[in-house]
Amino acid sequence: MSQINRIDSGLIDRAQKLNFTFNGQALEGFAGDTLASALLANGHKMVGRSFKYHRPRGIFSAGSEEPNALVQLRAGAYQEPNTRATVTELFQGLEATSQNHRGSLKYDFMAVNDLFSSFLSAGFYYKTFMWPKAFWEKFYEPVIRAAAGLGRLSGEDDPDIYDKGFLHCDVLVVGAGPSGLSAALSAGRAGARVILMDEDFRMGGRLNAETLSVNDQSGHEWATQAIAELSAMDNVRFMTRTTAYGAYDHGVIGALERVTDHLISSHNKPRQILWRIYTKRTILCAGSTERPIAFGNNDRPGIMLAGAVRAYVNRWGALPGKKVAVFTNNDDGWRTATDLAAKGVEITAVIDSRDGQPPVDVPKGAAVVMGGRIVDTQGRHCIRSITLSNGQKISADCLAVSGGWSPNVQLTCHQRGRPTWREDIAAFVPGVELPQGMMVAGAASGNLSLSSVLQDGHYLGNKAVKDLGFNPTKEIAAKSEEETVGISAFWHVKESKARAWLDLQNDVTVKDVKLSHQEGFHSVEHLKRYTTLGMATDQGKTANIPALAVMAECTGKSIPETGTTIFRPPYTPVAIGALAGRARGKDFRPSRLTPSHAWAEEQGAVFVEAGMWYRAQWFPKSGESHWRQSVDREVTQTRASVGICDVTTLGKIDIQGKDAAEFLNKVYANAFAKLPVGKVRYGIMLREDGIMMDDGTSARFADNHFVMTTTTANAVGVFRHMEFCRQCLWPEMDVHLISSTEQYAQFAVAGPNARKLLQKVVDSDHDISNEAFPFMACGEIRVCGGIPARLFRISFSGELAYEIAVPTRYGDSLVRILMAAGEEFDVTPYGTEALGVMRIEKGHAAGNELNGQTTAQDLGMGRMVSKKKDCIGNTLSERESLNKEDGLSLVGFRPVNRSDELKAGAHFIAKGKTANMANDEGWMSSVAYSPNLGHSIGLGFIKQGSERMGEIVRATDPLRGGEIEVEIVSAHFIDPEGERLRA
Amino acid sequence: MIIHHPLLGPRDASEFVYKGDASLIDRPDWKADNAADLFHDYLYLRDNPAGEHCELWYHEQGDRSWLVVTRNTLTHDITNVELARDVALAKQAKKSGRGEK
Repeated sequence: MSQINRIDSGLIDRAQKLNFTFNGQALEGFAGDTLASALLANGHKMVGRSFKYHRPRGIFSAGSEEPNALVQLRAGAYQEPNTRATVTELFQGLEATSQNHRGSLKYDFMAVNDLFSSFLSAGFYYKTFMWPKAFWEKFYEPVIRAAAGLGRLSGEDDPDIYDKGFLHCDVLVVGAGPSGLSAALSAGRAGARVILMDEDFRMGGRLNAETLSVNDQSGHEWATQAIAELSAMDNVRFMTRTTAYGAYDHGVIGALERVTDHLISSHNKPRQILWRIYTKRTILCAGSTERPIAFGNNDRPGIMLAGAVRAYVNRWGALPGKKVAVFTNNDDGWRTATDLAAKGVEITAVIDSRDGQPPVDVPKGAAVVMGGRIVDTQGRHCIRSITLSNGQKISADCLAVSGGWSPNVQLTCHQRGRPTWREDIAAFVPGVELPQGMMVAGAASGNLSLSSVLQDGHYLGNKAVKDLGFNPTKEIAAKSEEETVGISAFWHVKESKARAWLDLQNDVTVKDVKLSHQEGFHSVEHLKRYTTLGMATDQGKTANIPALAVMAECTGKSIPETGTTIFRPPYTPVAIGALAGRARGKDFRPSRLTPSHAWAEEQGAVFVEAGMWYRAQWFPKSGESHWRQSVDREVTQTRASVGICDVTTLGKIDIQGKDAAEFLNKVYANAFAKLPVGKVRYGIMLREDGIMMDDGTSARFADNHFVMTTTTANAVGVFRHMEFCRQCLWPEMDVHLISSTEQYAQFAVAGPNARKLLQKVVDSDHDISNEAFPFMACGEIRVCGGIPARLFRISFSGELAYEIAVPTRYGDSLVRILMAAGEEFDVTPYGTEALGVMRIEKGHAAGNELNGQTTAQDLGMGRMVSKKKDCIGNTLSERESLNKEDGLSLVGFRPVNRSDELKAGAHFIAKGKTANMANDEGWMSSVAYSPNLGHSIGLGFIKQGSERMGEIVRATDPLRGGEIEVEIVSAHFIDPEGERLRA
Repeated sequence: MIIHHPLLGPRDASEFVYKGDASLIDRPDWKADNAADLFHDYLYLRDNPAGEHCELWYHEQGDRSWLVVTRNTLTHDITNVELARDVALAKQAKKSGRGEK
């Protein structure tokens, strides 16, 4: 028979039957069930195995604090481990499997661990597996690793979409229980913008789980009515299935909304949304969490929190057992007995650790033991009976345990707030220092009776809106009868001989805490790390306080003297996928495409990522099977005739203003003030510490107008630096900057036929002959019959070359026009590889040389650094250690045996010396195969290199292996006199 | 964190890039006799207060203003935000004696 433990009550929709499977068994539940309530309704008590000892475990709680009932949900790529059955909303077709066992759930091979438990106590991995030493790496560690962890990941990419969102409000109410609803009503009625969120799929909190009444109706009816009133307000936003997981600086709250977790498929909607909420006030109404009492074998399936037992009965009509016993140290635990008895469930006993009289009427037929202690339990896959300290045995298939309630103070600690201890309720409550804008209402603040919770929420809702300038309404708080909430702290049964669990998830027992104390780990933080108490998915929500109490007992101090753990985000687990949002794979960061990208793709270009840019690396032609063939051809063809390269990615900064020239003079190390209009100059930029920052060119188009280029990699940093100089160092200067990198498409046209090609494109009224437009000239021109363009006669390749820039929208057309115009010259497009080969052939420094360690001096440009002006970096560039006689200098290298291949990163060692750090003379920074020379060439830094031309040293590469002899040569391999670029 | 930009109002800290101590505004005089020492101290010596700290933030994903933000390093409370340009100009005015008038 299905749903053998379902009774006729609860807030579930019996008209809507849902089919699901657990470990392959087909089961039925109803809409409104959680997986846990449906499993209980079907009589499933054992749902998993414990982490370390593989003990049978059942459902323990009815909320997000669940330590035991972790299951694997869904299948294939959608498989999700360690899902708490207690917060998993049941849906049609749900598939769940138990985890952490080999073989079946009932007959787990790993259960043998339980027999060896004495070897697995606190810190066992530091002790048990120490000998013999050689066993650790080969045997112990692999075995422990294989046994560790709970569920398993699918190993496939997560197919779901996750999103991020931003919200703003006046008042955020976290938790929609009685205090949260009251607070939201007060704030909403006053007209404030309110967000009300709850981790549950049904708002109402404990009102849905209790039989207490509010305003003379049942609690959940009042909640339904409050929700209806709030729904009618345009200024209130509801967020169910949403957990506020962190309180951040300046009152920002992080929240996770599970949008489609409760559906069989996301239907291409985001599965979860990570919200960042900017709120002026946060009212934390997170409620409280019940904690257990530790006694012998208190971990068997069927032993549950008392509040959870009545929640399953009251809210879901699911019976956790047919013969229920209760063990409590407080009045609230008794409510489980009275509620269940009222539904006709047999209560076998109520054991109250306190002496005196029962606080409420005793349910019929129940044995009452005041001052009672449970020392042990029996039952293999489910509890069968309990043993009291007086030897009495009482049968029970469910034991409801209550050790009192702990306010959910987690979010109040996220900004380093420390909770304070309240002896009267034996619990920590929020401290005085709260995150900005936060107030705490209801059970979360330590007000544990329903009437005070309703009052509190109402009051703080009004207070929040009043603070913000709204007028609270005259409405009064909802009312409820005053229930008894007496408690007397009781943490564990000392008389128990059997193991007594504190942390069910991490298998930490009372003995482990005592051992930890005995071995010197007294502080709570040490205790946590030594025993793993309070770690993993539940973060010790039910375990921390009882464990702290046991430690306090060991140290002979009070609980607050012993310490408290404060909490970090997240409150409940947040999937990495949600934190990543859409920023994964290709979308991890933006892809910047050059204006010629579509054209380059048509040519079959191979692209390389440079920063965020995609640049054509080379353009393979049919018949070319190796990248070197393409690159060699591109270089040869460019040097022989003409080549075209998209150089849009270089940073462009437009500099204007009366003081533009003087400004450049200060940011560049070499002189710029006197650069004539119509000319370009190469410039080097230093950091203030005298190290090279970047190089590039600046072109002067007018007295007060320059256009600067930077390297692709440093475009952002250089612009930031220049804004810093402008605003913070020389604010009196009349100069303005704007990045125009993306506003202009720019192409290098290089090679002996470059001019001839350009003359076909540049409008005929512009004379670009060598006389009219010599090397390092620049000008604003028109191309293709009136399109505005900029022309620069600059050369990175060492050839007669130009760079031509047009507004970005013309970039695609221009490259096609240039290629068509160049057809008669056998023009070739070239990519970054050919660009690199040609600059190495010319000895030009690039990123490999400007690596943040080198100075202008090292690069052979020391004389460019002006001593006659104030500029960034010149003072400290004169430091002694940066100007040593035997300093590095950038030179060329070629292999003695021309067929050897040079490797960048190799280090130079003099012949006959040992290859070690002491004999290190420098390193190879860039290498390429020069098709013009027919062998490998390199640039590198070596001590006093410029004075050692012709010397032979060894280039050793101990990391990758290999060593070759290289000759020190001029870095200018091609056209050292620079005749070509002036042609 | 939220930074109250003097021109743009409250903005999320993720729009900004952090640089460091606002003393970087006080760049030494390159002509001073002990310029090398002054620049060394300027570049490498920083106070590292547990408490109020004036620091430079750049609104890179915004209007590109450099700001001087006074932030408590223990609590992250931000008590003052000014345009760095205004701060730098005020310092210059003070140096040249015009600030007092």
